[in-house]
Amino acid sequence: MTNNLDRVELSLVGRKRSERLFKFYGFLGILIAFLFLITILYSVISQGQKAFFTTFIKVNIFFDSEIIDPQNQRNDEDIRYANFNKIITESLKKKFPENLNKNDSKELSSFISSSEADYLSEFVVKNKDYIGKYKNMWLLASSNIDVIVKNPEMEDLDEEDRLISNKQLGWLNQIRLNNELKKELNKNFFTKADSTEPEQAGIWGSLVGSFLTLLITLVLSFPVAVAAGVFLEELAPKNKFTEFLEVNINNLAAVPSIIYGLLGLAIFLNIMHLPRSAPIVGGMVLALMTLPTIIIATRSSLKSVPPSIREAAIGLGATRFQSVVDHVLPLAIPGIMTGTIIGMSRALGESAPLLMIGMVAFIVDVPTTFLDSSTALPVQIYLWKSTAARGFVELTAAGVIVLLVFLILMNGLAVFIRQKFEKKW
Amino acid sequence: MGFWSFFFIIVFLGLTTQWYGTNKALKLNSNIKEGPKLPSLPSYYGANAFLWLVISVLLFLIVWVFSKPHILDYILIQNIPKALIDEFGGTPNMLIDIIKATDISNIFPGTNPIIIENALYYNKIDKLSDSIAYSIILFVGLTVSIFSINKISFLFKARQAVEKTNINLLILCSTIAIIATIGIILSLIFEALRFFEKVNFFDFLFGFNWSPQTAIREGQVASDGAFGAIPIFSGTLLITFVAMFVAIPIGLFSAIYLAEYAKPSVRSTFKPILEILAGVPTVVYGFFAAITVGPFLKNFVGEFGFTIASESALAAGGVMGIMIIPFISSLSDDVIRAVPQNLRDGSYAMGATKSETVKKIILPAALPGIMGAVLLAISRAIGETMIVVMAAGIAANLTLNPFESVTTVTVQIVTLLVGDQEFDSAKTLAAFALGITLFFATLFLNIIALRIVQKYREKYD
Repeated sequence: MTNNLDRVELSLVGRKRSERLFKFYGFLGILIAFLFLITILYSVISQGQKAFFTTFIKVNIFFDSEIIDPQNQRNDEDIRYANFNKIITESLKKKFPENLNKNDSKELSSFISSSEADYLSEFVVKNKDYIGKYKNMWLLASSNIDVIVKNPEMEDLDEEDRLISNKQLGWLNQIRLNNELKKELNKNFFTKADSTEPEQAGIWGSLVGSFLTLLITLVLSFPVAVAAGVFLEELAPKNKFTEFLEVNINNLAAVPSIIYGLLGLAIFLNIMHLPRSAPIVGGMVLALMTLPTIIIATRSSLKSVPPSIREAAIGLGATRFQSVVDHVLPLAIPGIMTGTIIGMSRALGESAPLLMIGMVAFIVDVPTTFLDSSTALPVQIYLWKSTAARGFVELTAAGVIVLLVFLILMNGLAVFIRQKFEKKW
Repeated sequence: MGFWSFFFIIVFLGLTTQWYGTNKALKLNSNIKEGPKLPSLPSYYGANAFLWLVISVLLFLIVWVFSKPHILDYILIQNIPKALIDEFGGTPNMLIDIIKATDISNIFPGTNPIIIENALYYNKIDKLSDSIAYSIILFVGLTVSIFSINKISFLFKARQAVEKTNINLLILCSTIAIIATIGIILSLIFEALRFFEKVNFFDFLFGFNWSPQTAIREGQVASDGAFGAIPIFSGTLLITFVAMFVAIPIGLFSAIYLAEYAKPSVRSTFKPILEILAGVPTVVYGFFAAITVGPFLKNFVGEFGFTIASESALAAGGVMGIMIIPFISSLSDDVIRAVPQNLRDGSYAMGATKSETVKKIILPAALPGIMGAVLLAISRAIGETMIVVMAAGIAANLTLNPFESVTTVTVQIVTLLVGDQEFDSAKTLAAFALGITLFFATLFLNIIALRIVQKYREKYD
């Protein structure tokens, strides 16, 4: 007997060690998952926050009447077609006393965003008395300058890797020394749609596109899914047909999202001739995708309503249908809402099916109707990521931040509804 | 008539019908001083009229929405001069798209005047046809509501009628799931069959050369066999393997820790964190893989003197693995917690430590469920699109080296279809052939997973 006890005693050290090791592995698993989450959020936020601000350069603009209005007629159309790029370049040149050749002024003109010429022309059309005068204005810097200002470590790179030349860097430092550089909220990012120039591109267009798309998704999937859920959970007889329906819904929930895109392409676009890239088609595809989620949420929410509610209603003379619609369904609404919001947030983050139906185009206008060409938030992120220009890296991360903020808001709302309204029986 | 005025007229008509029907029933009831009244509550008579109005209007509206593009295209083609169609290569489809896309309030200078004229014409018939259709639908609605109000009588059992209609509507909504499945299968099969008319089925499934971008001429397709999908399948499997290599150990160990070791307070902190990981959109993972993990791996591996492609299978698969972790952990967690407590108690009573209990008792008992979870995770991984589109390669590359760049089924579907509108070339149709392969592969995995769970589930009671 003692012999056996000794053996147990002896083995105990090793067994306890392996016990600790095993527990440690489990904790390590959690820790690694947690670290991944932190890393993802850190890499997104550290890059994305830069795009919320953008660089402006103070320029003492000389509205040269020779360039704007040589005939002195003050005609709106003539002023609009005047060469305002030249005005910007000439005014920039005055910052630097040294003689600049033609090539230099070209490099200098790339300091300012190409959108500012239009801005100046509109400004002059409205304020014609500035013609021939000077005015200090803050002009939007071009993306390359902006990137260098935000990432000072890039100044140490070799000239060919740096986006701007040594000469431009010298000028930039001079501007900085003169305090003619400021960072301000990037209004373009929050108000514009896509653009080829990073400093003029914004998230608003795709945000509106996502909103329109989700509206269609909600309008189509919510009533259908709730109806299907109510039927399957409360009213359906147990037979081959309803069994088949259930298998079908469970399978639909597991179909890869890109397959829904192929369905949309083949049926909605090629057979039904609905417009390409339109929120209505995107909404229909996402509605099919969200349907199983809401059906499953509806069913589990109905299941949690105790049978006594049904029995009480039926006992008082209600029909089966009346008991469900008037008594059970209202009690299940919070759970259904939670499931719907979660389904919608999943649809908001979904992009693969939208690529298939052409919501992946370069679109500079903010969509206004369900039939306009548009993109969606996650697709815009994908588009910017695929663009080569360096300035888009930060925009992409900023787009991710906006997407995550919306997802957090939606999921927060779902959690709030669950905790505030859901009854525990 | 614009859509919104139509919409409000219909809403108004519906409310009036409901109110009028209910009122008529009330009046009939109040005329009766003795004896039986109407067989149903008055509100059911209003509801019945309302339902029929809404159903008929919706039905006609759906028919109109889906037939309108076809009708308008047809009318437009009749109006376009033949010469212009020839100028655009004889097929009017592209021309129609251009005409529709022409914004008549802001005409681009230098646009062909015939196109402008047709754009104006299109705009006109667009509005006119809508007006006509809406008027017809309104007329139908009005007729239906008058008819159903006339039907109100002592013989008509409104409640039974309303409930029957409602239940039929619910059944209709439920069958949309079936319609969607049929739609998926039919659309995929139909386009895939057109692909297999051009490319041999076995050349596709067992060919080793995938270069659809170069296969432009038909003869070239047949002779080169440029649609051999083996490199794509191998790439998909390689990335899936890498993903599982990351996700299974981490997911399983965290599930074991959460289910067996963690205190309730720890559990309630870390489980939501895993759920956050599950809620992050895949496009964010793709961004993370392409911008952060790719360059990091390149530097890291470079330190050891190896070279790694910037769009390596390792980066895409690794990040996909992170995405899968919560999937595996939450499914396994459920399964592990479903193992009855008396199995654990029995093991402890025999003197086993906790880890020995987990390894020898709980994991074997939970194995079918865990296998099911892993299979479902694999099916998720091979269907995942955005991560691989953003972080994996495009060129088909037959290799098992995770440091190299490979492509996947979903990447190919996206690259073949994005930006291409020609639906006659083998190139675009190939995407549907890949799509149907993907659909059946995932379906197969899901069914197997469910089967395993059901068949090998231990019955403890």
